[in-house]
Amino acid sequence: MTRIARLFQELKRQHRCGMVAYLTAGDPTPEATPHFIEALERGGADLIELGVPFSDPIADGPVIQQAGDRALAAGTTVEKVLEIAAKVRKRSEIPLLLFTYLNPVLRYGFEKLARDAKAAGIDGCLLTDASVEEAGEYVHTMRNAGLDTVFLAAPTSSERRLKLVAEYSSGFVYLVSRTGITGVRENIADTALPLIERMRAYTGLPLAMGFGISTPEQVAALAPHVEAVVVGSAVVRQIERDPSNLESFMRDMTRYLKSDVS
Amino acid sequence: MTSQPDAGGHFGAYGGRYAPEVLMSPLEELELTYASARKDPAFHKELDELLTTYAGRPTPLYFARRLSEQLATRLYIKREDLLHTGAHKINNCLGQALLAKRMGKQRIIAETGAGQHGVATSTVCALFGFDCTVYMGEEDMRRQRLNVFRMRLLGANVVGVTTGSRTLKDAISEAMRDWVTNVATTHYLLGSALGPHPYPTMVRDFHRIIGIEARRQILEAEGRLPDAVIACVGGGSNAIGIFHPFIEDESVKLIGVEAGGRDERLGQHAARFAGGFPGVLHGSRSYVLQDEYGQIASTHSVSAGLDYASVGPEHAWLHDRGRAEYCACCDKDAVEAAKTLSRNEGIIPALESAHAVAEAIRRAPVSPGQTFIVNLSGRGDKDIDIYRENLKELDPA
Repeated sequence: MTRIARLFQELKRQHRCGMVAYLTAGDPTPEATPHFIEALERGGADLIELGVPFSDPIADGPVIQQAGDRALAAGTTVEKVLEIAAKVRKRSEIPLLLFTYLNPVLRYGFEKLARDAKAAGIDGCLLTDASVEEAGEYVHTMRNAGLDTVFLAAPTSSERRLKLVAEYSSGFVYLVSRTGITGVRENIADTALPLIERMRAYTGLPLAMGFGISTPEQVAALAPHVEAVVVGSAVVRQIERDPSNLESFMRDMTRYLKSDVS
Repeated sequence: MTSQPDAGGHFGAYGGRYAPEVLMSPLEELELTYASARKDPAFHKELDELLTTYAGRPTPLYFARRLSEQLATRLYIKREDLLHTGAHKINNCLGQALLAKRMGKQRIIAETGAGQHGVATSTVCALFGFDCTVYMGEEDMRRQRLNVFRMRLLGANVVGVTTGSRTLKDAISEAMRDWVTNVATTHYLLGSALGPHPYPTMVRDFHRIIGIEARRQILEAEGRLPDAVIACVGGGSNAIGIFHPFIEDESVKLIGVEAGGRDERLGQHAARFAGGFPGVLHGSRSYVLQDEYGQIASTHSVSAGLDYASVGPEHAWLHDRGRAEYCACCDKDAVEAAKTLSRNEGIIPALESAHAVAEAIRRAPVSPGQTFIVNLSGRGDKDIDIYRENLKELDPA
């Protein structure tokens, strides 16, 4: 069982919705990232999406684009991100999911990535632009190494596609709450709940929902419906503005996610 | 040898559909709409009529007499520069506008490099009454100011892109972000034979008319096929349009000319076949200029329309199979070729097309007596400022 599967089992036992926090590895420097991850964990994050910066992130809004630019300027590469993961893994059992685009991973090589990521203590991988149609070899290689492969499902996904996403995903399925790029939004899209319901018909895997979630109230509103909520741009923005308060930021973000078996 | 993709839009190892999940359903919708339109005679009738009465097809195949004499070749020029809006781009825009109408989309977005595709898109949006937004890198807006104003005059909203290298690559990324956000109401009118399936095939099909006409015209003029067909390759839409009907004519060399830019260092050119590796950018797998970590490289060309880090996937496939050959022409030679064509034939080419002219001039001495067709994909009015900067001897201060 992967750390990701164990986490969701534990969340289920506690009747608690989990918190997934995204950050761009290497923003503003590779040295800073392990400290940020520790702060996020202390603040209540259950799983970390470790973003590998890519020069042309077509699914990301300005906040994460700029974080990627800073990380690239600081010399962040796939190899560096794996070093960050290994450093975190020495001190923490928090599940780590690599989150990036296909091209940096293609260049690194699937086989080599699967091997090196596993060795670094990474638990799974999500590639934003690797559609299920093109993902056969990638999924096969990752799974053979004991890594989870998480895919995105969107409000625009057809029933046929939801079924494929369910089939290719392991660990959990990432639901995109709205059509759009990543970024901080005021409210939860009305496309969110119908997508959760449709996805349940195809999978027993845990569901995590993200895109545009930036306040404790939004987190609380989604929590009864999914196994985890993802906060990304709001975390990255906090790192940009005031990283010293990252822990309290995360504590605030998770304040409504209390276990009902304490 | 035929050249058709498989059901997933793959040309051998290239192409495919690599896109955020949000875009997968609209791409499927576009694919189905295009597949049904292709089989519908009413669609072809409407498109043919627009191409004839609005865009000005067929375009002439012109025998360049003076230049042919000087070069000791038989040089023909396919005059796509004479089309409405001044470049081949209108062929594809009219086709996709009809598809947008079929899908009930009211809003069109597009990217543009040199501005030719943006102008053609703005034009068809005015023609059909669509709301139009064009993304253009700020660097390109600066060097193609005339086209920016043309788009605005036609009613388009031109949005400057300030990310990355502020050129075509960044404009495509920004158009994709808009599409991801406004997918229900919006059609993305992609302007080159790249991006996720079905774009590379669909855009090619809308430009095949160039090669179909050229093949018929050269047979009428010469009674035989040409020895070579030469076209510039940015994303590669004009090139694949003229190449495709000649692919099975194995005696005809197909020559794609990329932007050699300033020199051979990464970042100083856009010669994807010379300097790139297979990778995935903007939805399809092809040759991509990138660093050793898989980050997309910046590119340079004097010509904004060729200044792009990847290339249409069918070109990658034709390259690997050896059916087409690809070479690069540097900024300086392209500008010089534009001057030569202007002075000998009275035709001022677009900077993009000047790369193809330069290659014909370069090849002539090693291929005496041969017959070439050069696809003159666009006219040079938009480039006058750049020609002035680069031909200072003609513009004494």
